[in-house]
Amino acid sequence: MIVALTVAAAATAAYADAGRVPTPKIVIEKGGKCVEDVAVMRRNHMEFLKHQRDDTMRRGIRSTKHSLQQCIDCHASRKTGSVVGSNENFCQSCHAYAAVKLDCFECHSTKPKAAAAAGTAVAKGNP
Amino acid sequence: MSDVNRGRRQFIGWGAAALGGLTLAPGVMLFAPAQARAPEEAASSRVRWGLLIDTTQCDGCTACIEACRRENHVAAPSRKTDPQWIRKVELKDLRSGKTHSAPVMCQHCEHPPCVDVCPTGASFKRADGIVLVDRHICIGCRYCMMACPYKARSFVHEALTDQNPDVPRGKGCVESCTLCVHRVDRGRNPACVEACAAAGRNAIVFGDLNDPNSEIAKRVATYASTQIRADLGLNPGVRYQGI
Ligand code: HEC
Ligand code: HEC
Ligand code: HEC
Repeated sequence: MIVALTVAAAATAAYADAGRVPTPKIVIEKGGKCVEDVAVMRRNHMEFLKHQRDDTMRRGIRSTKHSLQQCIDCHASRKTGSVVGSNENFCQSCHAYAAVKLDCFECHSTKPKAAAAAGTAVAKGNP
Repeated sequence: MSDVNRGRRQFIGWGAAALGGLTLAPGVMLFAPAQARAPEEAASSRVRWGLLIDTTQCDGCTACIEACRRENHVAAPSRKTDPQWIRKVELKDLRSGKTHSAPVMCQHCEHPPCVDVCPTGASFKRADGIVLVDRHICIGCRYCMMACPYKARSFVHEALTDQNPDVPRGKGCVESCTLCVHRVDRGRNPACVEACAAAGRNAIVFGDLNDPNSEIAKRVATYASTQIRADLGLNPGVRYQGI
């Protein structure tokens, strides 16, 4: 019981203190606007991404509005250069809070295109 | 060329490169693929992308292989099971003893056996003839690897880091040469083609086999070229000269 309470307390610390209900701490690095209204993005970003995924992969459509690469370009943390890695990184902030687990970043780079240094994808070895 | 196309070329801004060729060194021309599309336009079945590989210009050089690895962030294989998108094959005529070297990659078949056998639809042929693995759908069963007569596909056995943002790759999926689809869609040549020209060989020409005015179609119409295992009737988009 004590262990559970400590874990809960530690987990809460990562979220902004917004009254009685903890909310995820979402860091917006770049000013301006998202590609859709924020309310729409919160609800529907996964749908946009899946559409874009099929359009690009299957049909070769390279429009950028809902491109995953573009999300990363805008939303990567200035500190770590990545969209995931800690619960303060953009894509992980809500997902950790909502218990969503993505496999996207096993393949997709988590860093903006300019920052992803030219190199060779290296095998990490089996975890 | 129709006015529509001309307008599009100017709009995209690769006009100059698309019309002529890019001179890399005296006598070495890199022909830009003519069909640069607008980003929001889908790949079209009017186009059939292909490669023409002149083995008489190809020797022990590995510029294409290295460029492919750099572009797609594929590590040099250290084990038989490591991914390999393009490899040099030595061919020997037993009577004359003459040897040839030729790069072999996914042959981008018109009738790809890898697509026939894929149980999920992950293996597919794009409208413009590029054969790809949709890794969002690939379950890693590797039937396609067995079906491919060219041994062109690899399986990623280990987790990867530091991928090229343009070339997502990861553990548990099958992959192979994409004809550098991320470059082709932006009006650029595949990395191997560029590197081969930069190395002064110009042994690989990339372009639209369906466009009679393209460099590749002109060469195919002028010189004898063959497809590897043409007897299988798969009509690969990759053709070879001099073998
Ligand atoms: C097994 C590897 C793999 C995984 C996992 C994966 N992708 Fe992809 N993804 C690819 C490949 C390969 C492409 C094609 C890249 C190209 O042709 O430019 C791609 C392209 C895309 C594109 C279009 C390019 C872009 O940047 O907009 C989107 C969107 C996309 N994926 C979304 C996702 C999402 C969302 C997830 C997680 C739910 C995901 N992918 C997981 C391999 C993967
Ligand atoms: C041009 C830069 C830019 C791009 C590209 C971009 N975003 Fe945003 N995004 C922002 C900004 C700025 C905000 C905050 C806007 C605000 O609060 O009014 C935001 C907000 C969001 C939010 C809401 C966060 C919250 O506070 O609840 C989500 C979710 C989101 N973006 C997801 C995405 C996804 C997914 C993509 C890719 C499809 C993407 N964004 C592409 C700039 C961008
Ligand atoms: C405002 C909070 C928030 C932010 C920020 C956010 N997400 Fe999400 N995301 C969610 C929630 C909540 C879900 C789960 C929705 C559901 O299950 O119905 C989700 C689901 C997803 C899914 C679908 C997962 C699945 O298994 O189907 C994808 C893909 C996704 N998010 C991508 C991203 C990417 C990429 C970013 C960063 C650019 C991002 N999200 C940022 C809240 C967020």
